[in-house]
Amino acid sequence: MTTRIRNLVFILSMVGAPMLTLAQGADPAQGLDPAQILNPPPDEWLTYSGDYSGRRYSPLTQLNQSNVKNLSLAWATRVVVGTEGPVGTPPVIVGGTEQGLDARYPVTIKGAILQFAGILYVTSPDNAWALDARDGHEIWHYYWKTKGGTHTGNRGVGIWHNWAYIETADNYLVCLNARTGKERWHKEIASFDLQYFSSMSPIVIGNHLLVGTGDDMDEPGMLQSYDPDTGDLQWRFYTVPMKKGEPGAETWTNVDAASHGGGNVWAPGSYDPETHLYIFGTGNPSPAYTSQTRGPGDNLYTCSLLAVNVDTGKLAWWFQTSPHDTHDYDSAQTPVLFDGEFNGKPRKLVSTLARNGFFFTLDRVTGEHLVTSKISDAVNWDMGIDKRGEPVRDPAKDYDIGGALVSPSGLGVTNWTPQSYDPVSKLFYVHIAETYTMRYLGTLDPRGAMGLTGVPGVDMGSRGNRLAAVDYKTGKIVWNHRYPGVGGIDIRGDYPGLLTTAGRLLFAADPIGNLVAHDPLNGKPLWHTKIHTTSAPETYMLDGHQYILVGAGDTVYSFVLN
Amino acid sequence: MKPGKKSIGAIWVVAVLGSLYLVQYQVTAQTPQMQNSRRDPGTAITGLTQDFPDRPQASQDVIDRGKTTFAVSCAFCHGSDAKGGEVGPNLLRSAVVLEDKNGELIAPIVHGGRAQQGMPRVDLTDAQIGDVAAWLHHFNATGKTVMYHDEINILTGNAKAGETCFQKTCASCHSATGDLAGIGARIAIPKTLQQTWLLPGGEGNGTGKYSAATLGLHIPPVTVTVTLANGKKITGDLVSVSDFYVGLTTEAGGPQGFRRDGDIPKVEIHDPLAPHRELLQKLNDKEIHDVTAYLVTLK
Repeated sequence: MTTRIRNLVFILSMVGAPMLTLAQGADPAQGLDPAQILNPPPDEWLTYSGDYSGRRYSPLTQLNQSNVKNLSLAWATRVVVGTEGPVGTPPVIVGGTEQGLDARYPVTIKGAILQFAGILYVTSPDNAWALDARDGHEIWHYYWKTKGGTHTGNRGVGIWHNWAYIETADNYLVCLNARTGKERWHKEIASFDLQYFSSMSPIVIGNHLLVGTGDDMDEPGMLQSYDPDTGDLQWRFYTVPMKKGEPGAETWTNVDAASHGGGNVWAPGSYDPETHLYIFGTGNPSPAYTSQTRGPGDNLYTCSLLAVNVDTGKLAWWFQTSPHDTHDYDSAQTPVLFDGEFNGKPRKLVSTLARNGFFFTLDRVTGEHLVTSKISDAVNWDMGIDKRGEPVRDPAKDYDIGGALVSPSGLGVTNWTPQSYDPVSKLFYVHIAETYTMRYLGTLDPRGAMGLTGVPGVDMGSRGNRLAAVDYKTGKIVWNHRYPGVGGIDIRGDYPGLLTTAGRLLFAADPIGNLVAHDPLNGKPLWHTKIHTTSAPETYMLDGHQYILVGAGDTVYSFVLN
Repeated sequence: MKPGKKSIGAIWVVAVLGSLYLVQYQVTAQTPQMQNSRRDPGTAITGLTQDFPDRPQASQDVIDRGKTTFAVSCAFCHGSDAKGGEVGPNLLRSAVVLEDKNGELIAPIVHGGRAQQGMPRVDLTDAQIGDVAAWLHHFNATGKTVMYHDEINILTGNAKAGETCFQKTCASCHSATGDLAGIGARIAIPKTLQQTWLLPGGEGNGTGKYSAATLGLHIPPVTVTVTLANGKKITGDLVSVSDFYVGLTTEAGGPQGFRRDGDIPKVEIHDPLAPHRELLQKLNDKEIHDVTAYLVTLK
C-alpha cells in the first residue's frame, strides 16, 4: 500500500469510528446477542481477543501517535481473593463443590478482561469480578472454593446473552448471571482425578460454548462444546486417537499411547464465520520428553494447528507445527486470522508463531501450507523443514546423557500470550526470547516417565529478548526492537501479549514491567508506564473516550487521554 | 567485549552454577508465574499444599500385601513397578486406576471385563484387588515432580579432544595451570562443572550447598557506564536497564538511577560473561562434553 492510500485509510477510519460508537451503544438489560460478536463494535471487548480473528487490532483512532504522550490514568482497582471483599464492596458470592476449600490462591490477572455494556469482567483462578468500566468500582465478586488443580492462570469469561461463564482450575464450567454474579449452574467438564485443570476463556460462538482444558500428566486433549443455556455437552473432539483405526492412530505405538498422548487445548482459538471453522492450537504430546513409548511417528494431533467445524465438532483440516515434539513446545497459542495478499492474489490466511521458534502462514479455508520460517538462528532442535513445511526434529537434541544444549528452553521462543496483526502496516507482531536449556536424562528408566518428568532442563539463560515485526508472506523479520537487558538482569521468558490500533500504535510490555506504546512501523517507543502488566492490553470507546485497559498483578488499570 | 587475562582471574574464581541436583522442582507445560506478578504477603494458599492433593494412604501392611499380590499376578505384563511392560500398559496413568477409590473400578476388569481387549481374567478376590489398588494408589502418580539422578554419569566426552577445543576456544582467557588449576577437584560433580564452565552463575543458580555464595565464589557483575550530557561518566554495577531507565550501584555513591530518553544519556553495558553466552551458540554438544571431560582431569 502506498503511503498516500495508507493515510487515506487512516483518515477514513478516524471519521468512521465515532459514528460506529453512536450507532451501537449496548443496553445491559438486553444481554449480549452472540451475533454481535461477529461484528464487534469498537466500544466493547466482547470475547477473548476482542473479536474472533485473534488479530488484536482495533480500528479506533482517537488515541494515536500524535497524542499518545498524553495517555494517563483514569482509575486503578485492586481485586481481592476470598470470601470477604475490601471495605465498600458488595458481599462476595461464594460457590464451589462440597470438597471445595477456601484456598485463596494469589490473584494475578493473566487473561482477557471482557467489556460489555460498560461493565468489565475480570478473572483470576477461582474468581470473577464485575467492575464498572467508568470508574472501576466493584459491582460483584464471585469466588469458587476449589478442590485444587493447577492454578497457572485464568484467561477470562465468555458472555452469552445475560450470562457470564468461567472455567475453574478444578474443571467446572460455571454459569453466572452477568448483572448480579449469582450462579445459575455449574457442570464438570473434565476429571480432577485424571489431573486435568481448566484455565481457558470459554469462547461463545452462536449457541456453542467452547471450552478447553489442560493436563500435565498423560491424559488426552479435548475441545468441548456445551449448550450455553443448559450446560449440556453438545460435542467433544479429542485431539488424539482414542480408538483403533481412528485417523492419526498410525502415528502412535498403539491406542494406549495415543489415548495418553496429551495435545491439550488450553488457550482460546480463533473463528472464521464464513467457513464455521474454529481454528486452534494443541499442546505438547505426553510424555513430553521421553518419547519412546509414543513410537517414532508424528503423534497426531499434538503440537498442531487444527480447524474444527463448530456445528459438528468434526476436524476439517490440520497442520502439525511440531511433529513428534520432545521439548514441551506446546503449540496452543491463539492463531491469527486475516485476509491478505499472497503471491499477487487475495487469500484468507492464518498465521502463528509457535513456541518451537517457527512461524507459519497457511490458507485458513483449506489448511494449505504457504510459509514456514525459523524466527531465530538460536533455535537448534531441528534439522530443517520437510516438504510438508513442517520442521524436522533432530533426535540428538531430545536429551543426552552428557547434556544436550537446546534452544529455545521449554518456555519457548514465544509462549501462549497473544500475538497481533495490523492490517494497515500488514505486519505480524511477536515477542521473541532466545533462551537455552541443558537437557540431561533424568531417569534411568524412561519407560515409566509420565507428563513432564524424565528429562529435567537446566536453564542457561537468554541471549536476548526483543519485540519484532514479521512479514507474513515470507516469515522474515522486518524490524527488531531489542531490549537492553543482559544475563539475568531484566530478561524475561514470557510476555503478556500485544495490541495494535488504527491510531498507528503497537502496545507491548517490556521485560521490566513497562506498558509501552510503539510505532508499529519501526518499534520506536512513544509512551510508557511502569505498572508490571500481566495481561494483554485492550482498547475500546466509552462515552466518546478511547480507553486502554490492562491487568497488572491483582490490579486493573484503565488509561484515557486526560 | 572480550575480557583480558587480568580481569578473568577474578572472574574465574569459579562460580558454581548450580545445580538443582537433589532438588525437587515443579514444572508445568503452561507458562509458570510471570516474573513480575506481585504477591500479597497476607495471602496464603490455605488448606491446599499442592494442586493435586495426595490420595489417602492405606496402612503399610495393606500396601505390602497389595505389592506382593501384584508381583505374583500382575507384574509379568504390567512391570514390577506397574509402569508398563511389553504387553500391559502403564497402570499409574490409567484412567481406571486414577478414578478408582478402593478397587471398585479395577475389580470388574481383573474379573474378565476386558478379556476381548486382551486383558485376561486373573483369579483374585475382591479383597486382594483392594490390596493391589491400595498399593497402586500409594504412588500418587504425577507428571510434574522431577527428581534428578546424580548417579547418571554425564562424562561421555573425550578429554583429548576437549583439550584441543579448550586451547582453541577458551585459552585466550583461561589457563589450565592458572585460574583453572585444580578445577576438576574444586568442582567435583561433573554436571556442576559443566554447567559452571558453560555459563558461570547462569540462571540455573542452585541453592543451599551448591550456591555460589555458600562456596564463596565470586561471579563478576555486569557493569555499566553512563555518560551524562555534561560529559561526566559514571560507572557501576548494573541493577536495571530498560529503554526508559538505567539503574546502577557505584562504589562511592551507592544506588543511582537515570531516566533514559532514546540514546540520552549514553549507556554502555559491559557483560564479562558475554564470551560465555556466545559459546551457547558456538559450541556443539560433543565439544561441550569433550571440554568437560578435559576439565575433570585438572585435579
